[in-house]
Amino acid sequence: MADHDSELIELGRRVVERARQKGADVAEAVVSEGSHLSTKVRLGEPELVEEAGSRALGLRVMLGQQVAVSYTSDLTDRGVERFVEDALELARLSQPDEHAGPPDPSLLSRREDHPELRLYDAAVGTVDAGTALAHAKAGEAAAREADARITNSEGATFTRAAGSKALVTSGGFAAASRGTYASLSVHPVADDADGKKRSGYYWTARRHLAELLPDADVGREAARRTLAKLGARKVETQECAVVFDPDVGRSILGLLAGCINGGAIWRRSSYLVDKLGERVASDLVTVTDDPLIAGGPGSRPFDGEGLASRRNVVVENGILKSYLLDTYAGRKLGMPSTASASRGASGGVGPSTTNFVLTPGAMSPEALLASTPRGLYVTEMMGFGFNAVTGDFSRGAAGFWIEGGEKTFPVSEVTISLNLHAMLEGIDAVADDLDLRTSVATPTFRVRAMTLAGR
Amino acid sequence: MSRYCAPFAAGGPAEVDAALARRLLALALARGGDYADLFYEYDVSGSYAYEEGILKAAGRSVSAGLGVRVQKGDATGYAYVEDLSIEAMEHAARTAAQIADGGGAPEPVGLVAIDPASRYVVERLSLDLPGEDKRALLARADAAARAADSRVSRVEASFAEQVREILIATSDGLFVRDLQPLLRIGVRVIVEVDGKRQAGSSGGGGRTGWDYFAGKTPEDHAREAVRQALVMLDAREAPAGEMDVVLAPGDSGILLHEAVGHGLEADFNRKKTSNYSDRVGERVASELCTVVDDATLANSRGSINVDDEGRVPEQALLIEQGILRGYMQDRQSSAFFHVAPTGNGRRESFKSHPMPRMTNTLLYAGPHDPEEIVKSVERGVYASKFGGGQVDISNGDFVFSLTEGYLIEGGKLTAPLKGVNLIGNGPDVMRKVTMLGRDMELSDGIWTCGKEGQSVPVGVGCPTVKISGMTVGGTQIG
Repeated sequence: MADHDSELIELGRRVVERARQKGADVAEAVVSEGSHLSTKVRLGEPELVEEAGSRALGLRVMLGQQVAVSYTSDLTDRGVERFVEDALELARLSQPDEHAGPPDPSLLSRREDHPELRLYDAAVGTVDAGTALAHAKAGEAAAREADARITNSEGATFTRAAGSKALVTSGGFAAASRGTYASLSVHPVADDADGKKRSGYYWTARRHLAELLPDADVGREAARRTLAKLGARKVETQECAVVFDPDVGRSILGLLAGCINGGAIWRRSSYLVDKLGERVASDLVTVTDDPLIAGGPGSRPFDGEGLASRRNVVVENGILKSYLLDTYAGRKLGMPSTASASRGASGGVGPSTTNFVLTPGAMSPEALLASTPRGLYVTEMMGFGFNAVTGDFSRGAAGFWIEGGEKTFPVSEVTISLNLHAMLEGIDAVADDLDLRTSVATPTFRVRAMTLAGR
Repeated sequence: MSRYCAPFAAGGPAEVDAALARRLLALALARGGDYADLFYEYDVSGSYAYEEGILKAAGRSVSAGLGVRVQKGDATGYAYVEDLSIEAMEHAARTAAQIADGGGAPEPVGLVAIDPASRYVVERLSLDLPGEDKRALLARADAAARAADSRVSRVEASFAEQVREILIATSDGLFVRDLQPLLRIGVRVIVEVDGKRQAGSSGGGGRTGWDYFAGKTPEDHAREAVRQALVMLDAREAPAGEMDVVLAPGDSGILLHEAVGHGLEADFNRKKTSNYSDRVGERVASELCTVVDDATLANSRGSINVDDEGRVPEQALLIEQGILRGYMQDRQSSAFFHVAPTGNGRRESFKSHPMPRMTNTLLYAGPHDPEEIVKSVERGVYASKFGGGQVDISNGDFVFSLTEGYLIEGGKLTAPLKGVNLIGNGPDVMRKVTMLGRDMELSDGIWTCGKEGQSVPVGVGCPTVKISGMTVGGTQIG
């Protein structure tokens, strides 16, 4: 395995050297490799078995402060040669950017200092197509057997993936990181009145195979969620409390992630420009970005520029403490990098989140619901109605109507709207049910009042 | 002659001819598969980003590979490789073959090359033009946006170009190549005044060459982005609740794409998971509505000469005067429904299996004067620009988000409204189409459609549409 990492690093070194020989002042190569198996079962029969591996190169070069990137999956000598030439040709075309440049070499992390983050599980790679299909089959069967009202299925999918990424820079950084991932998702369908159908789903995903939920549990929960939607209806247009299930809470937190991203800040494309140190949420809200969580879906030992990963507190008790910055965004804003650089397979660099999490509160989700006299419990959102520059938010929603602290009937075809700033300031309860299935994650939380548009 | 040529093209370093393709297909079918195809793809893309008065970033990407698909009954085996050596391609064929577990290989039939007429004749690929031309193009957009208004504080102009060369060989005898160019310009501006900030954007393109800019200049897009940002700077909170909605022609086709398009993709109907399943011949929209998916439009972003299964798509009639006439088919679904494939089998890349997908989805013009349509509305919303949409296939609920809209009061457009989502149910909204304008327009080429993780470029088009009652997701009640 170490040998394998060395092979990727060696390929990266050759690319960096070639770019330097051709005149690049700075060259940074990323070598990515991945393999995956994806299987799908529908109504008990195999529908898809897909298996492949791939390897690709990304390169960022600088000529002085002129920057360009290049990507290729053609690893023949001829392909790599043209890939390097493309980057240099484009760098000559681009224009000097006074803030462009690699990180200060003294900030680069060393390979021997990188923490072991439990990102890789050798067992994941041992799952063959037959076993994967069996997991999917068992998950789907549990959903279909759970209730006679489950009449159809969009199928069940079991996927495993492994990936490695090596980063080599002319500044002296060279390291690789690898990880695995496995998931099972089940999508049952039930018939509803008026020829409508209701589809629902549930899923489990982990870096370690043994930590996945049992197949049957996923299937039964998928069935329960699907059936709960039967008979969903609109409600009257009104202002009411809104409770966000973790499945949708994370997309609200994802909007905040976009607005504290250093790239959005220097472009003045966020409503949180010039707001460091100010109140941006209720004091129940603390948000961290932590790449060092063992086994976390977004964990990584070093950032996309080679800086040592570190935990950043973004919002603390409602006060905006930090943006997430790479070297470039930091220079644009006159601040140090927060080691939040992400480098895509294509060589481009920008700030991003790692494990971006709303800190759990003390109350259980049941207690949170019980303390809500009336409102909407949201389990699904649809659409893209968000303006990062103003914070205006409006999206389609579905879920349950809450009356007297209980879910009473399912609701669909409504929208919920409020400016994100007001939403975050209006958070008046945060539960303790955080599940780090995804790299952006929240527990259940409640916003005091939003506009619901319906009938 | 382009400096980028597919390795699998005639004369290329990994040339694939009919004999080699037939050999690989035989290998793919060796375990008893019913059908197999090879999908070779070579994709060269370029991107240019002009910001703060300089060309700040430029990039190019080259990817190539082969996807092998084998079908046995309803099951699909799929494998892909980037390495186009004989050994690697054979390995992919053997991997995909394993979906079938018998023996007794049927011989693939002889391959016949077809050469479809082109719907996107381009004199010179933008990829082959000097980079300086693209930099100059974006500099023009930047200058025009800054000159348009003193409140413009930031300008981002971007240009993206792609050439996708594909070669498809199928065990039922197709051997077909296509070269699919695509380009897109985008301008985004921020305007600031008295601490208030707003963004505006405009973009366009298609399967076209540099001559696109003769019809619509970078300056046009820059001025449009500034106009939109300035209008929205003064936008007021939008109303909440059910009311009449009038859609502007062109981009509003997004509504159509979400409200009926996805639900009419044949895979969902084959599996009976769409709310349009088993409803061919039934009324699913007001009789004003005739909807087609048309891959043949010259140079449109969604047009294709062949789909990604090697079939030549024509116009697919979906809804005729409100009656559901048919679905968009790929090979697998058309075999199930015993109808001809409509050429809608598309895939994002060689790494993905094909599915029924839209190309250019259009709602034909109706009998009404667009001005009369607005005049007919006492209180409602006029929707001009859109940020995208989404649909739940199973029950037909869909949303689309408005980035520029106006309040209609007493038959007139009054105040601009802040961005909101509109939500409706597909069949329900299509029945409520009570007026349809004479002014059918095709959107400029900016839209990308996502399905099961695969993105493909699409076009949409429609005239002015009046929907009598739809839920507007604003914040102002009453």
